[in-house]
Amino acid sequence: MKATRTWRAALSAFGWRHGVMANISLLGLPAVWFACLYLAAIGAMLVTAFWQVDDLSGNLIPGFSLSNFSVLVSDPIYRIIAVRTVFIAAAVTLADAVLAWPFAYAMVRLAGPKLRAVLMALVLVPLWSSYLARVYAWRLILAHDGVLNWALSAIGIPGVHIGYSNWAMWIVFSYLWLPFMILPIAAALERIPPNLMEASADLGERGLATFRRVILPLALPGMAAGAIFTFSLTLGDFVTPMLVGGTGSDFIGNVVYANVGVTNNIPFAAAYATLPLGVMAVFLLLARRLGAFDAL
Amino acid sequence: MTMQPKKWMARLLVGVAGLLPLAQGAAAMAPLSAIGKGEGTLNIVAWEGYAQDDWVKPFEAATGCTVHAKYAGSSDEMVALMRSGNGDQYDLVSASGDATLRLIFGKNVQPINIGLIPAWKNFIPQLQAPDFNTVKGVHYGVSYEWGPNTLLYNTKTFPVAPTSWSVIYDPKYKGQITVPDNPIQIADAALYLSKTQPALGIKDPYELNQMQMDAVVKLLQRQAKLIKKYWALASDEIQLFTSGDAVVGAAWPYQTNTLQAAKVPVADTIPSEGATGWADTWMISSKAPHPNCAYEWINWVTTPKVQAQQAIYFGETPANTLACKEMDAQQAGACAQYHGDAPASYFDQIKFWKTPRKVCGNGKDDCLDYSAWQREWQSIKG
Repeated sequence: MKATRTWRAALSAFGWRHGVMANISLLGLPAVWFACLYLAAIGAMLVTAFWQVDDLSGNLIPGFSLSNFSVLVSDPIYRIIAVRTVFIAAAVTLADAVLAWPFAYAMVRLAGPKLRAVLMALVLVPLWSSYLARVYAWRLILAHDGVLNWALSAIGIPGVHIGYSNWAMWIVFSYLWLPFMILPIAAALERIPPNLMEASADLGERGLATFRRVILPLALPGMAAGAIFTFSLTLGDFVTPMLVGGTGSDFIGNVVYANVGVTNNIPFAAAYATLPLGVMAVFLLLARRLGAFDAL
Repeated sequence: MTMQPKKWMARLLVGVAGLLPLAQGAAAMAPLSAIGKGEGTLNIVAWEGYAQDDWVKPFEAATGCTVHAKYAGSSDEMVALMRSGNGDQYDLVSASGDATLRLIFGKNVQPINIGLIPAWKNFIPQLQAPDFNTVKGVHYGVSYEWGPNTLLYNTKTFPVAPTSWSVIYDPKYKGQITVPDNPIQIADAALYLSKTQPALGIKDPYELNQMQMDAVVKLLQRQAKLIKKYWALASDEIQLFTSGDAVVGAAWPYQTNTLQAAKVPVADTIPSEGATGWADTWMISSKAPHPNCAYEWINWVTTPKVQAQQAIYFGETPANTLACKEMDAQQAGACAQYHGDAPASYFDQIKFWKTPRKVCGNGKDDCLDYSAWQREWQSIKG
């Protein structure tokens, strides 16, 4: 017993005197875990992007070649697909921001405790069901003879043909990721002290001006945090384009998926996958400026 | 086959030795000399509809091999799956003719001891040693079933069957057409152009030079604006026709059978330009962990009974000539309906899927290989 205690005391004293060593021993294991699982995977991807594939046997040829990137640059289709992916991710983020605000505001500021719990549950419950089941449900809703057209014809409006199109993808993505926008905005709204709004009212500001000059700036970090989720989740998806997309609906993820799972050209997939990595880096820098990381 | 097993082996080894520069890895491997005790498990990669309970359950009961089936939507996916991991994830694959050579030259599949497959001697002659699964006399697989890619149409939109593939390129049906999301679909357009624009000089829809490919791509880019959706799985197309989103498209007989069984008003036809088609082969992975079960499976599915069940279920034609009688027994008139008794000329008129390669039949090296087809396909569908 005594030996153990002195051993512990010695260790503790050593840590006290050499703070750096104490920090290393505390953070070392998580850092190794992070390096191995996360950085190594990204590193492997970046290295593979410069490899080649033998056409006939399908074997990887290690080395350094820029030919994957030159195909990506020279063939306009990959630019079109990249622009489409980023554009739809941005459109989904915008739609979710617009839809999430009134809901989050009502949930935090207007609803009583009981209603608030119910609204919170309504936001979270869809996340408990399978992603695929929800996408398939939308496929049935938007189909030619689906619920949407049935409802439209019931009220005398001609049917719309948006099943299997980029519009369908926009709607489905906006639906799928809405909870990820509502939750951070609600959290940010909750943190605004009520007396700021009272002060604004005392100083003669009307509701809309209070919103614009007090609530919106203070909740902006929350919205930026939500945008990180909606944007990155859309940017990396390939299942929804596959299921509800039509012609000209491929995402970067679909090209990556096809090159890995279908044509077995992993280096080309890796080269294309570096693009969303760059896009996300830029997006995160912007989000940090808006204070998203303080709100997370 | 009256040859003694030993003599047979010797011949095979000589044949394999001749292949050395071509397929060294495969040559290092001798085929199974006898079917031993089953390993209890069998992992297969197959087309949708190729591992139905109707014949899988009796197989499992008879051999003790539990079947795990993974469905693939395209030949590319099959090749990728057989190469995934170390190549030892799956034992068997039902590869079509556009995948078989890639698997053989990629050393992903092993030679077959055809002496262990009794049904083989009853196959139609064209499928006993076709060049897409037999290289220099060495069998790398056992033929299974074959059939044409058909034109599927809604009978309400088309009271009379269309006689030309032109309907899937017709702006009249904009937004109601569906074709497979598969680079080999380029061959369908090439076949159509070989008949409608003979000046292009397309002899074989799988051997296209750049000039011919450009013409085909132009046609397919125009078609892309008319397409509702490129289908990836047969079930996608079935849903498109069920919901009425598509009224005409390229399909397999399987979709027609499934849709008709669900009372959807559809029918299919082979238009006057002819059709592309598939001839499938069961191939065993070179690193198959369960080779005995794999041989048991091949023997099981080449019996006339299973050949007939498969043919009727999928709407294709069996390789085993003895299956005809069995088909009629299972469903009156089925043998004639699925061309089980068709003359050799019927087989010869179908342009079977094969892997496009640089080397053309004309002796020149100016054709586009399959990776070029894949790039063209990506730029067509956008």
